[in-house]
Amino acid sequence: MLLSLAIWIPILAGLAVFALGGDERAPAQRWFALAGAVLGFLVTIPLYTGFDASSAGFQFEEKKLWIETFNIHYHLGVDGISVLFVLLNSFITILIVLAGWSVIDNKVGQYYGAFLIMSGLLNGVFAALDAVLFYVFFEGTLIPMFIIIGVWGGPNRVYAAVKFFLYTLLGSLLMLVAMLYLYNKAGGSFSITDWHHVPLPLGVQIVLFFGFLFAFAVKVPMWPVHTWLPDAHTEAPTGGSVVLAAILLKLGAYGFVRFTLPILPDASKELAWLMIALSLVAIAYIGLVTLVQTDMKRLIAYSSVSHMGFVTLGFFIFNAYGVEGGLIQMISHGFVSAAMFLCVGVLYDRMHTRMIGDYGGVVNTMPKFASFAMLFAMANAGLPATSGFVGEFLVIMGAMQTSFWIAFVAATTLVFGAAYTLWMYKRVIFGAVANDHVAKLKDLNAREFAVLAALAAAVLLMGIYPLPFTEVMHASVNELLRHIGSPKI
Amino acid sequence: MSSMEFLSHLRALPEMWVLVATCVLMILDLYSRDEQRRVAFYGAQAIVGVAFFLTLYVVYESEGTRQIIFNGMYVSDVLGHLLKLVCYVATSAALVYSRQYLADRGLLRGEFVTLLLFSLLGMMVMISAASFLTLFVGLELMSLCLYALVALNRDSALSTEAAMKYFVLGALSSGLLLYGMSMIYGATGTLNLYEVAGHAGRLAASATDRTFLVFGLVFLVAGLAFKIGVVPFHMWIPDVYHGAPTAVTLIVGAAPKIAAFAMAMRLLVNGLPDLARDWQQMLALLAFLSMALGNITAIAQTNIKRMLAYSTIAHMGFMLLGMLSGVVDGNNNNAAAAYSSAVFYIIVYVLMSLGAFGMLLYCSRAGFECENLDDLKGLNRTNPWYAFLMLILMFSLTGIPPTAGFYAKLAVLSAAVNAGQIWLAVSAVIFSLIGAFYYLRIVKLMYFDEAKERVRATRSTGFAIALSANGLALLVLGIAPWPLMNMCFEAIKAL
Repeated sequence: MLLSLAIWIPILAGLAVFALGGDERAPAQRWFALAGAVLGFLVTIPLYTGFDASSAGFQFEEKKLWIETFNIHYHLGVDGISVLFVLLNSFITILIVLAGWSVIDNKVGQYYGAFLIMSGLLNGVFAALDAVLFYVFFEGTLIPMFIIIGVWGGPNRVYAAVKFFLYTLLGSLLMLVAMLYLYNKAGGSFSITDWHHVPLPLGVQIVLFFGFLFAFAVKVPMWPVHTWLPDAHTEAPTGGSVVLAAILLKLGAYGFVRFTLPILPDASKELAWLMIALSLVAIAYIGLVTLVQTDMKRLIAYSSVSHMGFVTLGFFIFNAYGVEGGLIQMISHGFVSAAMFLCVGVLYDRMHTRMIGDYGGVVNTMPKFASFAMLFAMANAGLPATSGFVGEFLVIMGAMQTSFWIAFVAATTLVFGAAYTLWMYKRVIFGAVANDHVAKLKDLNAREFAVLAALAAAVLLMGIYPLPFTEVMHASVNELLRHIGSPKI
Repeated sequence: MSSMEFLSHLRALPEMWVLVATCVLMILDLYSRDEQRRVAFYGAQAIVGVAFFLTLYVVYESEGTRQIIFNGMYVSDVLGHLLKLVCYVATSAALVYSRQYLADRGLLRGEFVTLLLFSLLGMMVMISAASFLTLFVGLELMSLCLYALVALNRDSALSTEAAMKYFVLGALSSGLLLYGMSMIYGATGTLNLYEVAGHAGRLAASATDRTFLVFGLVFLVAGLAFKIGVVPFHMWIPDVYHGAPTAVTLIVGAAPKIAAFAMAMRLLVNGLPDLARDWQQMLALLAFLSMALGNITAIAQTNIKRMLAYSTIAHMGFMLLGMLSGVVDGNNNNAAAAYSSAVFYIIVYVLMSLGAFGMLLYCSRAGFECENLDDLKGLNRTNPWYAFLMLILMFSLTGIPPTAGFYAKLAVLSAAVNAGQIWLAVSAVIFSLIGAFYYLRIVKLMYFDEAKERVRATRSTGFAIALSANGLALLVLGIAPWPLMNMCFEAIKAL
């Protein structure tokens, strides 16, 4: 019941915000959206407190027959891996509502409606245990995101929105065919857990692997199908960038954990070299690309690609350090990238430019902001005692067990990450006041302060005391590794 | 004739009612003045409504059984009932959507209503045909009415040209169909589809007779492809959709698809199941070409009606995926799932097509045709509710969940994958990705662009309710598709 509530409360709240009408009711819509988001978060808390960390199975399960002719079930449940993402998503939704509070004054109802509906759909993706249900939620998120980028985005928003939509649709359609094939092979079942036990010859596994790979690689995004991300991020409004970076990118990585690794273990092992290679390219090459960006949002977008490379690298080295490191990195990136985009949003709302060159000496006028930005920049660079460090450290350690050189290339991120983040920080924040606009900047207001403080707390907590995050996932990760370890040919 | 035998003919009550009532309406219409023309519309609605309930009554009385009456001319079965009910809904929606549009253009004439109802009768006869003869009579009744409807605006050169093309190509395709039928008749010696099935099964075993049957089959499939509108027999579709007044395009694009689909089911699935291997290959080629050409060509269109015409072609290709996946290596296990997926697809498609053209009618005003893509610009600003409905329609046409279009695609793709047609399924999804582009463009125009001028169209309450119900139906079917899916499944099981 809790999972259904986590899915449907935001969706219904979103529809209600829509129904409230036009912009003349904007204040009511804002408060209503906030209430919906907070309520949506509150119902997910028992998911964590009531979670039995010793069990690897799915908890809070709900199962009802949905479409009889295809044996499709409304089947929800979370394990130690997905429960954290439901919480993360519901938490981020509150921040998004707050972040757009006074900034969005055009079609407010539609803006908040789209975000809340998307939040519900995203919870659905993480909770779905039936492949069609998963697909419905997975694809359903495209519609609100398309609208968000296209309506409230920057100057080149139409291009970005269409590119985002078509890229992701291509991937997911191929995944649909792969799912239908598995449905057929599993004797007419769309249950993901049933699929874990379907024997498949290696050749078939490899074809299916690519079917799923397209869908998930585009979402992660992995090099070389990452090019939609900088465009989408740059053009999206702040809230859109936040949800894109913090949650939507996690769908792809989550898909690997939920589908590819346990269902196609042999193909995963067979093609691990490819995945590792692509991940390393993302980490090292995209790290270099990030260095030369002049647009702050673009820079963070590329750094996201690089960080997500760590996640896929962790998954495909098949040991507990790697997988747990990847998962931690996903959550940490959810906080850090959200915080980074919100920081850019704070500046953009005041200056209406994202170019690094238009800034300089912001610390003189916005000291509070500069301190927060410092923390998040450090976290993005993976400094110890921030959340960014834990995941990267675990993945590098896991990689070391496989091969020194993989670990070596992966570790370059510590250099590049520090370089691009701190260099951007230096150019924007430090130095003399660059121009009149910067001189007129006002420091954070209470709302912005609260949003950034919440994220700062999360980043520090995760960096200093990651146990609450890791302990829930141990059992499920071991179960996953057991699946990978048992051949299905 | 015993009374029992006579009573069994009551299963054709809906057809009898539509025939008699339409004749009465036609005569009454002769004596009515132009100002009273609305009454004819309400009369037509009433006729369709009563037919709906008569069919429901027949459904209730027949309890899912099949019965062949009128000396093997007419079959009453669940599939027929279901498709007829959809035809009523489509016709009724067409009446609601088109009234204001026609009135604005001085086309609100009695002929419109009469022709529409007679074409409905033709469809009903086609849907329930158990013999080549009934099938052909129904087809001609429907087609002739539609030709005349396309030419309704006789002062428009475009409409007249479209009607002429439609007529000539339609006649050609009828000829092809008739030729095919005569071949099959020559081989089997019977016009009754169920007897044809029996004979054909026997004949197909011998190579010589099989060649003869397949020869006839080629013409049948070509004729069917014309009527359904799939590549390479699609040439009339864009011109007719474009040339006809939008209200008529809406009619041509909805219920006749159901009838053509029923015809294909009757001829191929009921009549020639033993040649499945042969016609499946033909349909596979038609499906592939339609999806490819329809989706790619639609991108280049700036006229929405033409764009939707090409989208129709692509969708019919998709629908064929379900039809061609029924029998695998002589094995009928998946037949029910495959054929019911095609039924589901065509029904959902008709709902989408009605909604899309309904939106065009909504945006058109007196002296202004909403035809070009740019005419939809900024609809979200001027009228958010209708923009939202169109958004649902477009995403449904694309096949994005949670809309009905997704389950339609899921069903046919699943059928194709089950039948081992993996490559056809993969090419289908790639073409539907290409198709997504032009549907998205409409969403983009409505939501991301600013309107050129701000005119709020005004429409009757009935129109608003019908269009909203139409759009929301796709959303509701997207969340709860099982009632309709089960109905389609039942219909096929009883075939």
